[in-house]
Amino acid sequence: MNTTRRQVIKTTGVLGTLVSLGIITQAQAVAADARAGFSTKSFADAIASLGGTPTTSADISVNTPDIAENGAVVPVGAASKIPNTTDMWFFVEKNPYPLAASFSFPEGTDPEVKTRVKMGTSTQVTVVVKAGGELYAASKETKVTLGGCGG
Amino acid sequence: MGKPMRIRAKAANGETTVRALMAHIMEGGQRKDSSGNRIPAHHITDVTASHNGKTVLTAQWGSAVSQNPFLAFTFKGGAAGEKLAISWKDNKGDSRTDEVTIS
Repeated sequence: MNTTRRQVIKTTGVLGTLVSLGIITQAQAVAADARAGFSTKSFADAIASLGGTPTTSADISVNTPDIAENGAVVPVGAASKIPNTTDMWFFVEKNPYPLAASFSFPEGTDPEVKTRVKMGTSTQVTVVVKAGGELYAASKETKVTLGGCGG
Repeated sequence: MGKPMRIRAKAANGETTVRALMAHIMEGGQRKDSSGNRIPAHHITDVTASHNGKTVLTAQWGSAVSQNPFLAFTFKGGAAGEKLAISWKDNKGDSRTDEVTIS
């Protein structure tokens, strides 16, 4: 099964719809400041807080488990093969606050990190990277058997 | 001041791989205590790693990062015996810096 092709269709579909609905606008993008995304409750707004619309890229690898037994500790990692990658954001789509973490890579640091995040429920993890001023994205689905956001 | 971080930094083939485990409660602000009151969020917001005074990684975290956060990354340069420091700040103004020698 050609998963990359599936993902491309899925992600471009979602992001394309957001733009056409006007959910992501240039004005929102400009108004974005560094920590704004962390207090955003919707995935679309969180993506918009980055200041642009990411294009789906196969050069970003998202490493998350297919099935996570404990949503409180889910190992996630991502690596970007896109040259001049300077920033990376991790979004856990269905969390109360989708933006989980952002990383900035000064020159000389590999655009690859691993960390652990909480997931409330089975969800898509989207990694957005900034390279040469452009935004790129990749996603991967993780199934969670026990949620980790409390209730 | 939180508890010390556990940091391992290893140099190989001109690159240094850093793995860090920070001790922090990382309360997400979603949970409730036994009497139904929401437990306020208490989590790390900023992380900076530096090698010989040069920043090699900065991170901003939300409440979704797990308790006792783990972080791994790799940067070019670094040699055995040099220093690597990681510091964090949380949303209650607490902070901590730990330094290790690259092996």
